[in-house]
Amino acid sequence: MSTFTVTRATLAKDLRMEWRSKDAINSMLFFALLVVVIFSFAFNPTAEESRLIAGGLIWVAFLFAAVVALNQTWARELRNQVLDAYRVSPAPPNALFLAKAVGNFIFVAALEALMAPLFVVFYELRSVGPVWQLIVIALLGTWALVVNGTFFAALSLRTRSREIMLPLILFPISIPALLAMVDATTSILTGDASPDFWIKLLAVYDIVFTAVCLLLFETVLNAE
Amino acid sequence: MTAPAPSSPPVIVLEKLVKFFGRFAALRGISADFAPGRLYVIIGDNGAGKSTLLRIVAGLVEPSQGSFTLLGAKHPRQVAHRIGYMGHAPLLYDELSGMENLRYFAGLYGIRDDEISRQAMRMVGLDPNLSRRVGQYSQGMRQRLSLARAVLHNPELMLLDEPFSNVDARSAHDMTLVLGRVRDQGKTILLVTHQAALMEGIADEFVHMEAGQIVTRGPEAHRTAAAEFGTGTTR
Amino acid sequence: MKKLVPFSILATLAMLGLTSYLALAVAPTEATMGDVQRIFYYHVPSAWVAFLCFLVNFVASAIYLWKRSPASDALAAASAEVGVVFCSVVLLTGPIWARPVWGIWWTWDARLTTTLVLWLIYVSYLVLRRFAAGGQTQALAAAFAIFGFIDVPIVYMSIRWFRTQHPSPVIGGGPGSGLAPAMAHVFLANLAAFTLMGILFMWLRYKLQMKEQAIESAHAQAALKGVAQ
Repeated sequence: MSTFTVTRATLAKDLRMEWRSKDAINSMLFFALLVVVIFSFAFNPTAEESRLIAGGLIWVAFLFAAVVALNQTWARELRNQVLDAYRVSPAPPNALFLAKAVGNFIFVAALEALMAPLFVVFYELRSVGPVWQLIVIALLGTWALVVNGTFFAALSLRTRSREIMLPLILFPISIPALLAMVDATTSILTGDASPDFWIKLLAVYDIVFTAVCLLLFETVLNAE
Repeated sequence: MTAPAPSSPPVIVLEKLVKFFGRFAALRGISADFAPGRLYVIIGDNGAGKSTLLRIVAGLVEPSQGSFTLLGAKHPRQVAHRIGYMGHAPLLYDELSGMENLRYFAGLYGIRDDEISRQAMRMVGLDPNLSRRVGQYSQGMRQRLSLARAVLHNPELMLLDEPFSNVDARSAHDMTLVLGRVRDQGKTILLVTHQAALMEGIADEFVHMEAGQIVTRGPEAHRTAAAEFGTGTTR
Repeated sequence: MKKLVPFSILATLAMLGLTSYLALAVAPTEATMGDVQRIFYYHVPSAWVAFLCFLVNFVASAIYLWKRSPASDALAAASAEVGVVFCSVVLLTGPIWARPVWGIWWTWDARLTTTLVLWLIYVSYLVLRRFAAGGQTQALAAAFAIFGFIDVPIVYMSIRWFRTQHPSPVIGGGPGSGLAPAMAHVFLANLAAFTLMGILFMWLRYKLQMKEQAIESAHAQAALKGVAQ
């Protein structure tokens, strides 16, 4: 049972279960849609203005939707206490973490791919800067949210008021990543500045926190 | 087929195990040996510490004080592949079928061969071709599958927590036969249950726990326990 | 040893009294901002002490994860609380300073914003400690503390860059503005006094935490010996 095989098997199992129940996808989609609609009531900007605020709006919508997914993927392991079966087995803890993180990444990325066109339509967005950079930002930023999110969701399993704890402990730590995502998206959309520094910052954030998560996950998994 | 000679080293050695949950002492100094190839049934009232003891031996909970060795190792995680655990809850995924569940858990132990999972299902009296999701199983079927999951990787030591809870008489009886056969193959079994009567004739020894300590143990310990508290062991 | 606590308290009070006098009466009045500027002698040292506390929290948490000693967890809890208090002082004195001088309460400038994020991170640490279930508080909080502290330089870098992209007024003057020598002495004196105060608070809070742990332990031991039936 190498880490890779277990990660792949766990990821496959999670995707299969999600496909059958569609719990996480449905709640995420519905939530994100709600947010987009409400935002477009609240902010009804001209095309020029919308380019300035779209960066922030998009990422706030994705952030809240991501939190919904993060809670769901661990909730699945608590039903029937099935997490115990994993802990008792010789399978490496980090394989479980990676499988959950990658699964979350897939869900949130899928959500982003679905929502982005909606935003473009509602806010009449057109990018002045290169679009491929937007994709890089989206990938790096999503991993930044998801890697810490998966870790803290596991952590909050062992707390009271689980659903409140996750955003509470995740958001402050994610502020630099959020700032990077929002400002980079805005700079690309308006073409006013180069997002290079933000891309580097996100890359550093991703590497550093992925390492910390992998180092500390076993402690959190076995904290009982 | 026969149990190993009594001079074999004990499978589990517990040394003054203590476990606190806040101010509540669930285990108050348990010291005991368990010999290989025997089926031990742990009985006692709710809150006696039976489940806690099992979870510590399985490696799910760390003791507050004391130590233990298990299959020659200092910590259960070192010998995880030789331990099978059946929890109070089913430890199964409701959204997957029986075989899908077993296939996944087998993978955690490095087992790739589907035939092993199929055999485990057959051994507990379930049909491997059943595509029904576990969420739609009856309680008896669920407990059987949970047992299958625990024996899948042919562990030397089995830890079972209330395997017969809410299970129909037929399934329970079948499970006891399976357990007897497993023990006869030389495996050690620690089983927690409220239904001591079910295990009469199959168990090698009963261990009576009360308020976090072992009060008595022996092949007839369940009778003294029943007599003390006036609860007849009914069939 | 028993005399040490009251003595330290008195010594710290005395020093604070002296440095406050220096700050409020002796230090020269600032040219452009006037007397309001004297808040600077409280604002900056508080920030420094808060950071020191969070550093202690990081080290204590790392030690806890390594050794699982109750003392390191107690120190982690104590330093986080004291750090949040000093952080709050920074966040309160900032606007008090900004309002009369620049006419605005808040300005999202790099240092103040970093302090706000720091405050958020460590408040969420304290909330986590409160909401964690039973025996796991220490391990979970320690793990979170590692994340929090490692985030600090990243937070600072990100906000600094954001501010160079989108400049706005900086409280307390830009990085280039220096201190007149007379002010510098008073500043250092206050810095020393605040550091002493911070260490004293951490120490007292640590002792309190250790006492609480001892009480819990005693209860547990009593339960252990308690008769079952």
